[in-house]
Amino acid sequence: MTEEIIKTKEEEVIAKLDTFDELPDAPPKRRIKLSWVGKLSVAVVAFWLLIVVIGPYIAPFHEMDMDGDDSFLNAHSNEYGTFFLGTDYLGRDTLSRIMFGARNTIGISLLATLFAYLMGITLGILAAVKGGWIDMGISRINDAILALPTIMLGLIVIAALGSSIPILIGTAAVIYATSVFRIARALGQDIMVQDFVEAAKARGEGVWWIIKSEVLPNAAMPLATDFGLRLVFVVLFISSLSFLGLGVQPPASDWGSMVRENLQGLTYGSYAAIWPALAIATFTIAINLIVDDISAKSGGMLAKKMV
Amino acid sequence: MAEKLLEVKDLRISAYNDEKVEIPIVKGVSFDIYKGQVVALIGESGSGKTTISLASLSYTKPGLEFSGGEVLLNGEDVITMPPLRQREIRGANVAYLAQSAAATFNPAITINEQVTESPVLHGVMSQEEANKRAVELYHALELPDPNRIGFRYPHQVSGGQLQRLMAAMALCGKPDLMVLDEPTTALDVTTQIEVLKAFKKVIREENAAAIYVTHDLAVVAQVADHIVVLYSGEVMEQGSADEIINNPTHAYTRRLMDAVRPKPVAGMGTDVGTEHERELPAMSVENMTAGYGGIINGEPAVTILRDVSVKVENAHVVGVIGESGCGKSTLARVMAGLLPQAKGKVKLEGEELEGGIKDRKLSELQKIQFVFQMADTALNPKQVIGDILGRPLEFYHGIKGREKHAKVAEILDMVELPAEFASRYPAELSGGQKQRINMARSLAANPEVMLCDEVTSALDSIVGANVIKLLTNLRDKTGVSFVFISHDLSTVASFADEIVVLYAGRVVEQGPTDEVLEPPFHPYTRLLISSVPELRIGWLEDTMQKREMAVGIARGVEITAVGCPFYNRCPMAIEATCDVKDVPIRELKSGHQISCHLTIEELQEAEAHTQKILHGFEKVGDDKPQKPA
Repeated sequence: MTEEIIKTKEEEVIAKLDTFDELPDAPPKRRIKLSWVGKLSVAVVAFWLLIVVIGPYIAPFHEMDMDGDDSFLNAHSNEYGTFFLGTDYLGRDTLSRIMFGARNTIGISLLATLFAYLMGITLGILAAVKGGWIDMGISRINDAILALPTIMLGLIVIAALGSSIPILIGTAAVIYATSVFRIARALGQDIMVQDFVEAAKARGEGVWWIIKSEVLPNAAMPLATDFGLRLVFVVLFISSLSFLGLGVQPPASDWGSMVRENLQGLTYGSYAAIWPALAIATFTIAINLIVDDISAKSGGMLAKKMV
Repeated sequence: MAEKLLEVKDLRISAYNDEKVEIPIVKGVSFDIYKGQVVALIGESGSGKTTISLASLSYTKPGLEFSGGEVLLNGEDVITMPPLRQREIRGANVAYLAQSAAATFNPAITINEQVTESPVLHGVMSQEEANKRAVELYHALELPDPNRIGFRYPHQVSGGQLQRLMAAMALCGKPDLMVLDEPTTALDVTTQIEVLKAFKKVIREENAAAIYVTHDLAVVAQVADHIVVLYSGEVMEQGSADEIINNPTHAYTRRLMDAVRPKPVAGMGTDVGTEHERELPAMSVENMTAGYGGIINGEPAVTILRDVSVKVENAHVVGVIGESGCGKSTLARVMAGLLPQAKGKVKLEGEELEGGIKDRKLSELQKIQFVFQMADTALNPKQVIGDILGRPLEFYHGIKGREKHAKVAEILDMVELPAEFASRYPAELSGGQKQRINMARSLAANPEVMLCDEVTSALDSIVGANVIKLLTNLRDKTGVSFVFISHDLSTVASFADEIVVLYAGRVVEQGPTDEVLEPPFHPYTRLLISSVPELRIGWLEDTMQKREMAVGIARGVEITAVGCPFYNRCPMAIEATCDVKDVPIRELKSGHQISCHLTIEELQEAEAHTQKILHGFEKVGDDKPQKPA
């Protein structure tokens, strides 16, 4: 009796071995699940992006209207309407200026980061794939730009060329392209020595196909996580330039210059400088948290795969 | 019976997936270890052998949890003990030896510092005592220059030496128990013997107990006292080494034993049918020299291969063997055009090929396909299998759309995988499956020659045997020629029609498999054959008696420009001849060549001598009283 049981168990094992099961793998889920912090952050970023699009249409006042009873007043209302977040140093509505400013601050930063990525990735992957003199040339020029302090470089360029939004975007893009270049080149070099790239080369594939199909898909995820961080840096960079008076020029609003303009209000107990600072903080921290969450998740998946 | 050291009772370890559903990994394993005993945990990957061995250190990999049972070390349960106490026993009472010594050592710190770190940290001994103990261990492990080797850095010693130094690291604090996780799997056969011998000696001298984790039964037969056979987290069978090796009762154990390839002997070569026969060889390499660095006057800065000639007949399998560093992969890379040769010719169906990939025609590239060693890195993790296999179809043959889809399914069927795999990513496949995809990609190009670089080396014995079976079928079906590179002579012998023995970048012997595996041998071939472990207790001791072992083992491969490169490892080397004069090539039968200063007659005589000594030993062995079971 027991022997029979043992025998059937043995047969079961053999049957299992014969029916091709070197390792039972179920396809793991490819979706990234965010934690509640991540979800909240996505909501915050979505809120600001919405403001970028519809802010100027729903703002109670125009960014240039000086309708407040006085400057540096906290929340109050008069015959023109209600000033929920008070007024700034010229008696303009802070809420409206934040809503208008979102377009400048986030729009300029997004565009600048996108351009930085376009330049950085193109040159970085090119340097990694081609190597030799091309790599040497681009890398040294890049090192030279990297060696200069970003704010100083920005100040010099804007002082020379004047402050306009296209110039602001261009300057930020070039400055931040240098660090994107570094990352893209390092990633590219890592991927280029992988066996699957060598296999593609052995097959006779051209450079563009290798970049498009082998290198970029593998570099995409780390570059995407970096994109969030880089965007934050650019927001802070643009805000710092505006704070110094070289960014977006008055009377147009942006969050950085709003902080600067209203700084003196702090001594009168006005919150006019706090609100735009909070806007910058919520946007940048939310993006950081999303990036953290995504990389923690993929790290977690890696750890699970190692088991 | 000796004192019980470790008692594993009904050990259960589980993983939890995203939905918090329990997935049992280890399902109630029990075994005991007594002082001075070596217990082998044997099974395929995924059998839970490493997980169980790590449990003795009270450690689980991230994502795993102990879900039941006890692990008693000297009567103390290591699973439930407080973390501080766990820290105390790790390194002091239980030491762990990882598979790769190269990854375990810190390259920036001298060996001695790392070897003595653990006992000093645990306060078991002072730095001076530890240093003294380390030197004793270097002596015991038969390391070269034992008094000073500790002052070197890890990159300054060879792989086999580093593996032994890792044993010194584990033993330095006089642990009660050592956990050895596949310590010889990644090594050449010749290095493996050297390491096994040292491990065995030191374990006996120190009277230490050990858990030896491996998938290789032949290795287990040499070192273990007790064997635990595992499959999918359950004990299939356990017993003394003698019982398991000589009289396995469980079907799974027998299956594992079948996967141990037999000793390479003549008569293993297969008959090649005549249906694929053609006049010209599919591929040939003539008087080729290749290496790395700039080429000056036809000589590369670092010469890897020198004056190599190899012929690959149509629908034949040419096995290329040699230790690591002998230039096996370089040969395949030159043939594939990944490395242009410095001198000589590479021909495809009689027509000369250009050196580099860029200069070769698309049709030439399509006919020669390279299969990389590591399927893990050779497949793009971001492409689904369908894209990976579809690309060569589209690239070489312009097959697109629905036709491509059908063809991919056909190719998957050829490598015995279901068609649904086309939508999976490589990470969703097992090691053996990935290796099949890796070969399928080359097959998709519809090649004449496939260059397989160590395709079975990273696989378990059973999975590897399946892959070899698959390759044999493919050859019969499609008439593709194979160049099969391996450091494992028994794998090559079971599959190849011709064998090329490479040593230090030169062909020392080549010919049909049966001829090469029959005396007379080149002394290097002899060494390789003797080094293949046998599934027999006591094989290691017998082998070490042989004369070629005494000279040949424990020497690195040195590439020389003049004379015979094997000079410093050859038991029959003639001074002032072998080291300075160019080696003559001696033709035996059709196609069988041996490059040696000794004549065929002399080699034959030497072989007869070896046989005499061998049989003498076996007689001595027979006289010994049988060990009581």
